[in-house]
Amino acid sequence: MIRRKEVIRPMKAIRIFRRNVANAFKSIFRNFSLSIASIICTTITLVIVSIAMIVSVNVNSFTKDLASTLTILVYVDKNATEDDINSIKSKLLEIKNIKSDELLYKDKETLKEETMQKTDKNSSLYSIMKTWTKETNPLESEFIISVKSIEELEETATTIEKIDKISNVQYSESVVKKMIPVFDIVKKVTIAIIIGLIVVTIFLICNTIKLTIFARKNEIEIMRLVGTSNFVIKLPFVIEGLFLGIIGSIIPIIATIWGYIISYDKLEGYFFTNFIKMVNPMPTMIYISLALLLIGSLVGMLGSYTTVRKYLKI
Amino acid sequence: MKFIDIKNCYKVYKNGVTAIADLTLSIDKGEFVFITGASGCGKSTLVKLLYREEKPTKGIVMVGGINVVKLYNSKIYKLRRKLGIVFQDFKLLPKLTVYENVAFGLENLGMKSKDIKIKVLKALDRVGLKEKTRSFPNELSGGEQQRVCIARAIVNEPKLLICDEPTGNLDPKTSKEIVKVINSINKDMGTTVIMVTHDKEIVNSMKKRVITLENGVLTNDSTKGSYTADESN
Repeated sequence: MIRRKEVIRPMKAIRIFRRNVANAFKSIFRNFSLSIASIICTTITLVIVSIAMIVSVNVNSFTKDLASTLTILVYVDKNATEDDINSIKSKLLEIKNIKSDELLYKDKETLKEETMQKTDKNSSLYSIMKTWTKETNPLESEFIISVKSIEELEETATTIEKIDKISNVQYSESVVKKMIPVFDIVKKVTIAIIIGLIVVTIFLICNTIKLTIFARKNEIEIMRLVGTSNFVIKLPFVIEGLFLGIIGSIIPIIATIWGYIISYDKLEGYFFTNFIKMVNPMPTMIYISLALLLIGSLVGMLGSYTTVRKYLKI
Repeated sequence: MKFIDIKNCYKVYKNGVTAIADLTLSIDKGEFVFITGASGCGKSTLVKLLYREEKPTKGIVMVGGINVVKLYNSKIYKLRRKLGIVFQDFKLLPKLTVYENVAFGLENLGMKSKDIKIKVLKALDRVGLKEKTRSFPNELSGGEQQRVCIARAIVNEPKLLICDEPTGNLDPKTSKEIVKVINSINKDMGTTVIMVTHDKEIVNSMKKRVITLENGVLTNDSTKGSYTADESN
Protein backbone atom coordinates (compact mmCIF):
# COMPACT_ATOMS: atom_id res chain seq x y z
CA MET A 1 0.00 0.00 0.00
CA ILE A 2 2.73 2.44 0.99
CA ARG A 3 4.68 1.79 -2.22
CA ARG A 4 1.56 2.39 -4.30
CA LYS A 5 0.99 5.76 -2.66
CA GLU A 6 4.56 6.82 -3.36
CA VAL A 7 4.10 6.07 -7.05
CA ILE A 8 0.70 7.70 -7.43
CA ARG A 9 1.25 11.01 -5.66
CA PRO A 10 3.89 12.55 -7.94
CA MET A 11 1.94 11.31 -10.97
CA LYS A 12 -1.21 13.03 -9.67
CA ALA A 13 0.73 16.21 -9.02
CA ILE A 14 2.15 16.13 -12.56
CA ARG A 15 -1.34 15.60 -14.04
CA ILE A 16 -2.78 18.48 -11.97
CA PHE A 17 0.10 20.74 -13.01
CA ARG A 18 -0.15 19.80 -16.69
CA ARG A 19 -3.91 20.37 -16.75
CA ASN A 20 -3.54 23.72 -15.05
CA VAL A 21 -0.89 24.86 -17.50
CA ALA A 22 -3.29 23.95 -20.33
CA ASN A 23 -6.19 25.64 -18.53
CA ALA A 24 -4.15 28.79 -17.93
CA PHE A 25 -3.45 28.97 -21.67
CA LYS A 26 -7.13 28.44 -22.50
CA SER A 27 -8.14 31.04 -19.94
CA ILE A 28 -5.84 33.68 -21.48
CA PHE A 29 -7.72 33.26 -24.77
CA ARG A 30 -11.17 32.91 -23.21
CA ASN A 31 -10.69 36.15 -21.27
CA PHE A 32 -8.92 37.75 -24.18
CA SER A 33 -9.68 41.44 -23.57
CA LEU A 34 -8.63 41.33 -19.92
CA SER A 35 -5.52 39.33 -20.80
CA ILE A 36 -4.60 41.93 -23.39
CA ALA A 37 -5.14 44.68 -20.81
CA SER A 38 -2.76 42.92 -18.37
CA ILE A 39 -0.19 42.33 -21.08
CA ILE A 40 -0.26 45.95 -22.34
CA CYS A 41 -0.01 47.24 -18.78
CA THR A 42 3.02 45.03 -18.12
CA THR A 43 4.59 45.94 -21.46
CA ILE A 44 4.32 49.70 -20.95
CA THR A 45 5.72 49.69 -17.45
CA LEU A 46 8.50 47.25 -18.32
CA VAL A 47 9.56 49.46 -21.26
CA ILE A 48 9.92 52.38 -18.82
CA VAL A 49 11.73 50.14 -16.31
CA SER A 50 14.04 49.06 -19.12
CA ILE A 51 14.84 52.66 -20.10
CA ALA A 52 15.53 53.54 -16.48
CA MET A 53 17.80 50.48 -16.17
CA ILE A 54 19.74 51.41 -19.30
CA VAL A 55 20.24 54.96 -18.03
CA SER A 56 21.31 53.65 -14.64
CA VAL A 57 23.80 51.15 -16.08
CA ASN A 58 25.33 53.77 -18.39
CA VAL A 59 25.60 56.43 -15.70
CA ASN A 60 27.15 53.87 -13.40
CA SER A 61 29.75 52.78 -15.91
CA PHE A 62 30.46 56.36 -16.95
CA THR A 63 30.99 57.42 -13.34
CA LYS A 64 33.33 54.47 -12.82
CA ASP A 65 35.31 55.43 -15.92
CA LEU A 66 35.63 58.98 -14.70
CA ALA A 67 36.62 57.91 -11.24
CA SER A 68 39.38 55.68 -12.60
CA THR A 69 40.98 58.67 -14.34
CA LEU A 70 41.32 60.46 -11.05
CA THR A 71 44.74 59.54 -9.66
CA ILE A 72 47.20 61.06 -7.24
CA LEU A 73 50.77 61.47 -8.48
CA VAL A 74 53.37 61.36 -5.74
CA TYR A 75 56.87 62.56 -6.76
CA VAL A 76 59.76 61.19 -4.76
CA ASP A 77 62.63 63.40 -3.65
CA LYS A 78 65.64 63.09 -5.96
CA ASN A 79 68.04 62.09 -3.22
CA ALA A 80 65.76 59.42 -1.80
CA THR A 81 67.46 56.06 -1.36
CA GLU A 82 66.06 52.61 -2.12
CA ASP A 83 65.18 52.24 1.58
CA ASP A 84 63.38 55.59 1.55
CA ILE A 85 61.29 54.46 -1.41
CA ASN A 86 60.37 51.20 0.34
CA SER A 87 59.43 53.13 3.45
CA ILE A 88 57.26 55.53 1.40
CA LYS A 89 55.55 52.56 -0.26
CA SER A 90 54.75 50.88 3.03
CA LYS A 91 53.46 54.18 4.48
CA LEU A 92 51.26 54.67 1.41
CA LEU A 93 49.86 51.17 1.79
CA GLU A 94 48.83 52.02 5.33
CA ILE A 95 46.45 54.72 4.07
CA LYS A 96 42.96 53.21 3.88
CA ASN A 97 41.64 55.20 0.93
CA ILE A 98 44.43 53.99 -1.37
CA LYS A 99 43.70 50.99 -3.59
CA SER A 100 46.72 48.88 -2.56
CA ASP A 101 46.55 46.55 -5.55
CA GLU A 102 46.64 49.46 -8.00
CA LEU A 103 49.59 51.22 -6.40
CA LEU A 104 52.16 51.78 -9.11
CA TYR A 105 55.79 52.86 -8.77
CA LYS A 106 57.83 54.16 -11.69
CA ASP A 107 61.44 55.10 -11.17
CA LYS A 108 62.96 57.95 -13.17
CA GLU A 109 64.65 55.61 -15.67
CA THR A 110 61.34 53.90 -16.51
CA LEU A 111 59.74 57.31 -16.89
CA LYS A 112 62.52 58.38 -19.22
CA GLU A 113 62.05 55.26 -21.35
CA GLU A 114 58.29 55.76 -21.49
CA THR A 115 58.59 59.40 -22.44
CA MET A 116 61.14 58.60 -25.11
CA GLN A 117 58.88 56.00 -26.64
CA LYS A 118 56.11 58.56 -26.92
CA THR A 119 58.37 61.23 -28.41
CA ASP A 120 59.25 61.69 -32.05
CA LYS A 121 62.70 60.26 -32.62
CA ASN A 122 63.72 63.21 -34.79
CA SER A 123 62.76 65.82 -32.25
CA SER A 124 65.25 67.78 -30.20
CA LEU A 125 63.62 66.58 -26.96
CA TYR A 126 64.35 62.99 -27.93
CA SER A 127 68.00 63.73 -28.57
CA ILE A 128 68.32 65.64 -25.31
CA MET A 129 66.73 62.80 -23.35
CA LYS A 130 69.07 60.38 -25.00
CA THR A 131 72.01 62.17 -23.42
CA TRP A 132 70.60 61.76 -19.87
CA THR A 133 72.43 59.26 -17.71
CA LYS A 134 71.13 57.80 -14.48
CA GLU A 135 72.77 60.63 -12.60
CA THR A 136 71.80 63.49 -14.87
CA ASN A 137 68.18 62.36 -15.44
CA PRO A 138 66.18 65.35 -14.13
CA LEU A 139 62.91 63.42 -13.84
CA GLU A 140 61.54 62.40 -10.46
CA SER A 141 60.48 58.88 -9.64
CA GLU A 142 56.75 58.67 -8.95
CA PHE A 143 53.98 56.69 -7.33
CA ILE A 144 50.66 56.58 -9.20
CA ILE A 145 47.82 56.13 -6.74
CA SER A 146 44.16 55.27 -7.31
CA VAL A 147 41.76 56.01 -4.48
CA LYS A 148 38.72 54.16 -3.26
CA SER A 149 36.59 57.19 -2.46
CA ILE A 150 36.79 60.22 -4.71
CA GLU A 151 35.21 62.39 -1.99
CA GLU A 152 38.27 61.83 0.22
CA LEU A 153 40.78 62.54 -2.56
CA GLU A 154 41.94 65.85 -1.11
CA GLU A 155 42.24 64.50 2.42
CA THR A 156 44.33 61.55 1.19
CA ALA A 157 46.64 63.88 -0.74
CA THR A 158 47.22 65.95 2.41
CA THR A 159 48.09 62.82 4.36
CA ILE A 160 50.56 61.74 1.66
CA GLU A 161 52.25 65.15 1.66
CA LYS A 162 53.26 64.60 5.28
CA ILE A 163 55.36 61.53 4.38
CA ASP A 164 59.13 62.11 4.36
CA LYS A 165 61.19 62.33 1.16
CA ILE A 166 58.27 63.33 -0.99
CA SER A 167 58.83 66.36 -3.17
CA ASN A 168 55.41 66.93 -4.57
CA VAL A 169 51.83 65.55 -4.58
CA GLN A 170 49.55 66.25 -7.52
CA TYR A 171 45.92 65.38 -8.07
CA SER A 172 43.25 66.41 -10.48
CA GLU A 173 40.88 69.12 -9.39
CA SER A 174 39.17 69.34 -12.69
CA VAL A 175 35.46 69.59 -13.55
CA VAL A 176 35.41 65.82 -13.56
CA LYS A 177 35.69 65.71 -9.81
CA LYS A 178 32.77 68.11 -9.45
CA MET A 179 30.69 66.10 -11.91
CA ILE A 180 30.99 62.83 -10.04
CA PRO A 181 28.54 63.72 -7.24
CA VAL A 182 26.08 64.90 -9.90
CA PHE A 183 26.23 61.52 -11.62
CA ASP A 184 25.91 59.85 -8.27
CA ILE A 185 22.61 61.68 -7.77
CA VAL A 186 21.46 60.69 -11.28
CA LYS A 187 22.28 57.07 -10.47
CA LYS A 188 20.32 57.17 -7.22
CA VAL A 189 17.36 58.84 -8.92
CA THR A 190 17.21 56.20 -11.68
CA ILE A 191 17.33 53.41 -9.09
CA ALA A 192 14.48 55.10 -7.22
CA ILE A 193 12.55 55.35 -10.51
CA ILE A 194 13.09 51.64 -11.20
CA ILE A 195 11.86 50.65 -7.73
CA GLY A 196 8.92 53.06 -8.01
CA LEU A 197 7.97 51.68 -11.42
CA ILE A 198 8.15 48.10 -10.20
CA VAL A 199 5.76 48.99 -7.38
CA VAL A 200 3.45 50.74 -9.86
CA THR A 201 3.62 47.70 -12.16
CA ILE A 202 2.67 45.38 -9.30
CA PHE A 203 -0.24 47.64 -8.43
CA LEU A 204 -1.48 47.91 -12.03
CA ILE A 205 -1.09 44.21 -12.73
CA CYS A 206 -2.83 43.35 -9.44
CA ASN A 207 -5.73 45.56 -10.46
CA THR A 208 -6.00 44.11 -13.93
CA ILE A 209 -5.76 40.58 -12.58
CA LYS A 210 -8.36 41.52 -9.99
CA LEU A 211 -10.70 42.30 -12.88
CA THR A 212 -9.86 38.95 -14.50
CA ILE A 213 -10.47 37.11 -11.26
CA PHE A 214 -13.61 39.10 -10.50
CA ALA A 215 -14.95 38.03 -13.88
CA ARG A 216 -14.19 34.48 -12.82
CA LYS A 217 -15.55 34.66 -9.28
CA ASN A 218 -18.14 32.03 -10.23
CA GLU A 219 -15.45 29.69 -11.39
CA ILE A 220 -13.61 30.00 -8.07
CA GLU A 221 -16.86 29.50 -6.15
CA ILE A 222 -17.70 26.37 -8.14
CA MET A 223 -14.18 25.04 -7.71
CA ARG A 224 -14.56 25.40 -3.96
CA LEU A 225 -17.97 23.73 -4.04
CA VAL A 226 -16.77 20.69 -5.96
CA GLY A 227 -13.98 20.13 -3.45
CA THR A 228 -10.94 21.62 -5.10
CA SER A 229 -8.17 22.38 -2.63
CA ASN A 230 -7.08 25.99 -2.22
CA PHE A 231 -3.68 25.21 -3.69
CA VAL A 232 -5.20 23.78 -6.87
CA ILE A 233 -7.60 26.74 -7.11
CA LYS A 234 -4.71 29.19 -6.93
CA LEU A 235 -2.47 27.25 -9.29
CA PRO A 236 -4.10 28.11 -12.67
CA PHE A 237 -4.34 31.79 -11.72
CA VAL A 238 -0.71 31.92 -10.65
CA ILE A 239 0.36 30.13 -13.85
CA GLU A 240 -1.81 32.51 -15.86
CA GLY A 241 -0.18 35.48 -14.10
CA LEU A 242 3.21 33.99 -14.94
CA PHE A 243 2.24 33.63 -18.62
CA LEU A 244 0.85 37.16 -18.77
CA GLY A 245 4.04 38.48 -17.18
CA ILE A 246 6.24 36.56 -19.62
CA ILE A 247 4.19 37.63 -22.66
CA GLY A 248 4.16 41.20 -21.35
CA SER A 249 7.95 41.25 -21.12
CA ILE A 250 8.56 40.05 -24.69
CA ILE A 251 8.10 43.46 -26.38
CA PRO A 252 10.20 45.33 -23.77
CA ILE A 253 12.99 42.74 -24.17
CA ILE A 254 13.00 43.00 -27.98
CA ALA A 255 12.80 46.80 -27.75
CA THR A 256 15.65 46.89 -25.25
CA ILE A 257 18.07 44.68 -27.18
CA TRP A 258 17.22 45.91 -30.67
CA GLY A 259 16.81 49.57 -29.68
CA TYR A 260 20.05 49.73 -27.73
CA ILE A 261 22.14 47.95 -30.37
CA ILE A 262 20.78 50.25 -33.09
CA SER A 263 21.45 53.38 -31.02
CA TYR A 264 24.89 52.10 -30.03
CA ASP A 265 25.81 51.53 -33.69
CA LYS A 266 24.33 54.84 -34.86
CA LEU A 267 26.10 56.82 -32.14
CA GLU A 268 29.26 54.73 -32.54
CA GLY A 269 29.38 53.93 -28.86
CA TYR A 270 29.41 57.52 -27.62
CA PHE A 271 26.42 59.42 -26.30
CA PHE A 272 26.47 62.49 -28.61
CA THR A 273 29.85 63.70 -27.33
CA ASN A 274 33.12 61.80 -27.16
CA PHE A 275 33.04 62.48 -23.47
CA ILE A 276 30.23 60.02 -22.59
CA LYS A 277 31.03 56.45 -23.57
CA MET A 278 28.08 54.05 -23.85
CA VAL A 279 28.14 50.60 -22.23
CA ASN A 280 28.80 47.77 -24.65
CA PRO A 281 25.43 46.17 -25.61
CA MET A 282 26.58 42.64 -24.86
CA PRO A 283 26.26 41.13 -22.30
CA THR A 284 24.61 44.06 -20.46
CA MET A 285 21.45 43.95 -22.59
CA ILE A 286 21.12 40.22 -21.92
CA TYR A 287 21.25 40.90 -18.17
CA ILE A 288 18.68 43.69 -18.48
CA SER A 289 16.43 41.42 -20.58
CA LEU A 290 16.67 38.65 -18.00
CA ALA A 291 15.86 41.18 -15.27
CA LEU A 292 12.79 42.33 -17.25
CA LEU A 293 11.64 38.74 -17.74
CA LEU A 294 12.12 38.04 -14.05
CA ILE A 295 10.29 41.21 -12.97
CA GLY A 296 7.43 40.51 -15.44
CA SER A 297 6.91 36.91 -14.37
CA LEU A 298 7.35 37.50 -10.64
CA VAL A 299 5.04 40.50 -10.64
CA GLY A 300 2.44 38.55 -12.68
CA MET A 301 2.56 35.60 -10.29
CA LEU A 302 2.55 37.74 -7.18
CA GLY A 303 -0.35 39.85 -8.47
CA SER A 304 -2.44 36.76 -9.23
CA TYR A 305 -1.56 35.05 -5.98
CA THR A 306 -2.45 37.96 -3.71
CA THR A 307 -5.66 38.72 -5.58
CA VAL A 308 -6.96 35.14 -5.70
CA ARG A 309 -6.21 34.72 -1.99
CA LYS A 310 -8.79 37.39 -1.20
CA TYR A 311 -11.54 35.22 -2.68
CA LEU A 312 -10.62 32.06 -0.86
CA LYS A 313 -11.54 32.71 2.79
CA ILE A 314 -8.15 31.46 3.94
CA MET B 1 -23.37 6.41 14.43
CA LYS B 2 -25.76 8.23 12.12
CA PHE B 3 -24.53 9.54 8.76
CA ILE B 4 -25.57 13.09 9.65
CA ASP B 5 -25.76 14.10 13.27
CA ILE B 6 -26.74 17.60 14.32
CA LYS B 7 -26.95 18.32 18.05
CA ASN B 8 -28.23 21.48 19.73
CA CYS B 9 -27.15 23.56 16.82
CA TYR B 10 -27.51 27.33 16.64
CA LYS B 11 -26.67 29.72 13.86
CA VAL B 12 -26.84 33.42 14.57
CA TYR B 13 -25.70 35.74 11.77
CA LYS B 14 -23.62 38.83 12.45
CA ASN B 15 -26.67 41.05 11.97
CA GLY B 16 -28.34 39.29 14.90
CA VAL B 17 -30.74 37.12 12.89
CA THR B 18 -31.13 33.63 14.35
CA ALA B 19 -31.38 31.30 11.38
CA ILE B 20 -31.18 28.01 13.27
CA ALA B 21 -32.18 27.55 16.90
CA ASP B 22 -31.48 24.49 19.04
CA LEU B 23 -31.73 22.04 16.16
CA THR B 24 -31.16 18.38 16.84
CA LEU B 25 -31.47 16.06 13.90
CA SER B 26 -30.02 12.85 12.57
CA ILE B 27 -30.19 11.28 9.14
CA ASP B 28 -29.27 7.71 8.23
CA LYS B 29 -27.17 6.58 5.33
CA GLY B 30 -29.22 6.14 2.17
CA GLU B 31 -32.18 8.23 3.38
CA PHE B 32 -34.11 10.68 1.17
CA VAL B 33 -35.12 13.71 3.21
CA PHE B 34 -37.09 16.80 2.22
CA ILE B 35 -36.44 20.01 4.11
CA THR B 36 -39.38 22.35 3.81
CA GLY B 37 -40.53 25.59 5.31
CA ALA B 38 -41.42 29.14 4.47
CA SER B 39 -38.90 31.56 2.98
CA GLY B 40 -36.34 32.66 5.57
CA CYS B 41 -37.08 29.76 7.91
CA GLY B 42 -33.48 28.56 7.84
CA LYS B 43 -33.65 25.75 5.24
CA SER B 44 -30.76 27.03 3.19
CA THR B 45 -28.71 27.84 6.30
CA LEU B 46 -29.20 24.26 7.45
CA VAL B 47 -27.79 22.79 4.25
CA LYS B 48 -25.03 25.40 4.19
CA LEU B 49 -23.98 24.10 7.60
CA LEU B 50 -23.76 20.62 6.11
CA TYR B 51 -21.36 21.60 3.35
CA ARG B 52 -19.57 24.07 5.61
CA GLU B 53 -20.41 27.21 3.72
CA GLU B 54 -21.50 28.46 7.13
CA LYS B 55 -20.16 27.56 10.54
CA PRO B 56 -22.63 26.98 13.43
CA THR B 57 -22.50 29.49 16.27
CA LYS B 58 -23.02 26.68 18.77
CA GLY B 59 -23.57 22.94 18.66
CA ILE B 60 -22.26 19.91 16.81
CA VAL B 61 -22.58 19.10 13.11
CA MET B 62 -21.19 15.73 12.00
CA VAL B 63 -21.31 14.71 8.33
CA GLY B 64 -20.04 11.27 7.35
CA GLY B 65 -17.82 11.13 10.42
CA ILE B 66 -16.34 14.61 9.86
CA ASN B 67 -16.84 17.21 12.57
CA VAL B 68 -17.78 20.15 10.38
CA VAL B 69 -17.45 22.66 13.23
CA LYS B 70 -13.80 21.89 13.75
CA LEU B 71 -12.91 21.89 10.06
CA TYR B 72 -10.38 24.55 9.04
CA ASN B 73 -11.18 26.71 6.02
CA SER B 74 -8.19 25.27 4.19
CA LYS B 75 -9.49 21.71 4.75
CA ILE B 76 -13.08 22.24 3.59
CA TYR B 77 -12.30 20.58 0.28
CA LYS B 78 -11.92 17.24 2.07
CA LEU B 79 -15.57 17.41 3.16
CA ARG B 80 -16.79 18.70 -0.19
CA ARG B 81 -15.23 15.79 -2.06
CA LYS B 82 -17.52 13.48 -0.12
CA LEU B 83 -20.68 15.27 -1.15
CA GLY B 84 -22.42 16.62 -4.22
CA ILE B 85 -24.33 19.90 -4.26
CA VAL B 86 -27.12 20.93 -6.65
CA PHE B 87 -28.29 24.55 -6.73
CA GLN B 88 -31.38 26.36 -7.87
CA ASP B 89 -29.29 28.57 -10.17
CA PHE B 90 -27.27 25.61 -11.55
CA LYS B 91 -23.88 27.36 -11.14
CA LEU B 92 -22.51 26.02 -14.41
CA LEU B 93 -19.54 27.62 -16.13
CA PRO B 94 -20.88 29.17 -19.35
CA LYS B 95 -17.58 28.92 -21.22
CA LEU B 96 -17.17 25.20 -20.59
CA THR B 97 -19.02 22.45 -22.45
CA VAL B 98 -21.34 20.03 -20.67
CA TYR B 99 -18.53 17.46 -20.54
CA GLU B 100 -16.01 19.98 -19.21
CA ASN B 101 -18.47 21.23 -16.58
CA VAL B 102 -18.99 17.73 -15.22
CA ALA B 103 -15.28 16.84 -15.47
CA PHE B 104 -14.27 20.12 -13.79
CA GLY B 105 -14.00 18.78 -10.24
CA LEU B 106 -12.37 15.49 -11.21
CA GLU B 107 -9.67 17.18 -13.25
CA ASN B 108 -8.55 19.08 -10.21
CA LEU B 109 -8.28 15.85 -8.24
CA GLY B 110 -5.50 14.69 -10.54
CA MET B 111 -7.48 11.77 -11.94
CA LYS B 112 -6.40 10.14 -15.22
CA SER B 113 -8.18 11.48 -18.32
CA LYS B 114 -9.34 7.96 -19.19
CA ASP B 115 -10.95 7.48 -15.77
CA ILE B 116 -12.49 10.94 -15.91
CA LYS B 117 -14.09 10.14 -19.27
CA ILE B 118 -15.62 6.92 -17.95
CA LYS B 119 -17.02 8.66 -14.86
CA VAL B 120 -18.32 11.72 -16.71
CA LEU B 121 -20.08 9.69 -19.40
CA LYS B 122 -21.59 7.43 -16.74
CA ALA B 123 -22.92 10.44 -14.80
CA LEU B 124 -24.26 12.11 -17.95
CA ASP B 125 -25.89 8.83 -18.97
CA ARG B 126 -27.61 8.62 -15.60
CA VAL B 127 -29.16 12.07 -16.03
CA GLY B 128 -30.01 11.34 -19.68
CA LEU B 129 -27.63 13.85 -21.31
CA LYS B 130 -25.08 11.58 -22.93
CA GLU B 131 -25.87 13.07 -26.34
CA LYS B 132 -25.16 16.65 -25.27
CA THR B 133 -21.58 16.39 -24.07
CA ARG B 134 -20.31 19.01 -26.50
CA SER B 135 -23.08 21.56 -25.96
CA PHE B 136 -22.53 24.73 -23.97
CA PRO B 137 -24.89 25.53 -21.06
CA ASN B 138 -26.61 28.37 -22.95
CA GLU B 139 -27.63 25.88 -25.64
CA LEU B 140 -29.58 23.82 -23.09
CA SER B 141 -33.02 24.20 -21.51
CA GLY B 142 -33.37 24.92 -17.79
CA GLY B 143 -34.14 21.30 -17.05
CA GLU B 144 -31.15 20.11 -19.01
CA GLN B 145 -28.87 22.59 -17.25
CA GLN B 146 -30.09 21.27 -13.92
CA ARG B 147 -29.34 17.74 -15.09
CA VAL B 148 -25.78 18.81 -15.89
CA CYS B 149 -25.56 20.23 -12.39
CA ILE B 150 -26.78 16.90 -10.97
CA ALA B 151 -24.31 14.98 -13.13
CA ARG B 152 -21.50 17.21 -11.81
CA ALA B 153 -22.68 16.56 -8.24
CA ILE B 154 -22.79 12.77 -8.59
CA VAL B 155 -19.81 12.24 -10.88
CA ASN B 156 -17.49 11.39 -8.00
CA GLU B 157 -20.11 9.07 -6.50
CA PRO B 158 -20.62 11.04 -3.28
CA LYS B 159 -22.17 9.59 -0.15
CA LEU B 160 -24.40 12.64 0.21
CA LEU B 161 -26.30 14.70 -2.34
CA ILE B 162 -27.47 18.11 -1.17
CA CYS B 163 -30.08 19.75 -3.40
CA ASP B 164 -30.88 23.36 -2.51
CA GLU B 165 -34.21 24.07 -4.23
CA PRO B 166 -33.19 22.29 -7.44
CA THR B 167 -36.61 22.80 -9.03
CA GLY B 168 -37.08 26.43 -7.98
CA ASN B 169 -36.46 27.76 -11.49
CA LEU B 170 -38.22 25.00 -13.42
CA ASP B 171 -41.75 24.36 -14.64
CA PRO B 172 -43.82 21.60 -12.91
CA LYS B 173 -43.24 18.99 -15.63
CA THR B 174 -39.47 19.50 -15.73
CA SER B 175 -39.40 19.62 -11.93
CA LYS B 176 -40.95 16.15 -11.77
CA GLU B 177 -38.34 14.81 -14.17
CA ILE B 178 -35.52 16.27 -12.08
CA VAL B 179 -36.94 14.76 -8.88
CA LYS B 180 -37.24 11.44 -10.69
CA VAL B 181 -33.54 11.59 -11.56
CA ILE B 182 -32.60 12.47 -7.99
CA ASN B 183 -34.79 9.69 -6.65
CA SER B 184 -33.17 7.15 -8.96
CA ILE B 185 -29.74 8.23 -7.72
CA ASN B 186 -30.92 7.63 -4.16
CA LYS B 187 -32.32 4.20 -5.01
CA ASP B 188 -29.65 2.88 -7.37
CA MET B 189 -26.51 4.35 -5.86
CA GLY B 190 -27.63 4.39 -2.23
CA THR B 191 -26.71 8.07 -1.99
CA THR B 192 -28.19 9.96 0.94
CA VAL B 193 -30.28 12.81 -0.48
CA ILE B 194 -31.24 16.02 1.31
CA MET B 195 -33.52 18.17 -0.78
CA VAL B 196 -34.67 21.64 0.17
CA THR B 197 -37.90 22.52 -1.58
CA HIS B 198 -40.96 24.71 -1.60
CA ASP B 199 -42.79 22.46 -3.99
CA LYS B 200 -45.79 20.98 -2.18
CA GLU B 201 -46.74 18.70 -5.04
CA ILE B 202 -43.32 17.08 -5.22
CA VAL B 203 -43.13 16.52 -1.46
CA ASN B 204 -46.58 15.03 -1.31
CA SER B 205 -46.05 12.73 -4.27
CA MET B 206 -42.80 11.22 -3.00
CA LYS B 207 -43.88 10.00 0.43
CA LYS B 208 -40.42 10.48 1.95
CA ARG B 209 -39.21 11.84 5.27
CA VAL B 210 -40.13 15.51 5.61
CA ILE B 211 -38.46 17.95 7.99
CA THR B 212 -40.21 21.26 8.45
CA LEU B 213 -38.54 24.34 9.86
CA GLU B 214 -40.19 27.47 11.19
CA ASN B 215 -38.06 30.46 12.18
CA GLY B 216 -35.06 28.19 12.51
CA VAL B 217 -36.84 25.73 14.79
CA LEU B 218 -37.70 22.17 13.78
CA THR B 219 -41.49 21.95 13.92
CA ASN B 220 -42.17 18.68 12.17
CA ASP B 221 -40.17 15.56 11.34
CA SER B 222 -42.21 12.76 9.87
CA THR B 223 -41.33 9.70 7.83
CA LYS B 224 -43.50 9.35 4.74
CA GLY B 225 -44.71 12.85 5.51
CA SER B 226 -46.36 15.53 3.52
CA TYR B 227 -45.90 19.27 3.03
CA THR B 228 -47.00 21.04 6.18
CA ALA B 229 -45.30 24.41 5.95
CA ASP B 230 -47.38 27.56 5.84
CA GLU B 231 -48.33 27.94 2.23
CA SER B 232 -49.07 31.64 2.48
CA ASN B 233 -45.32 32.26 2.62
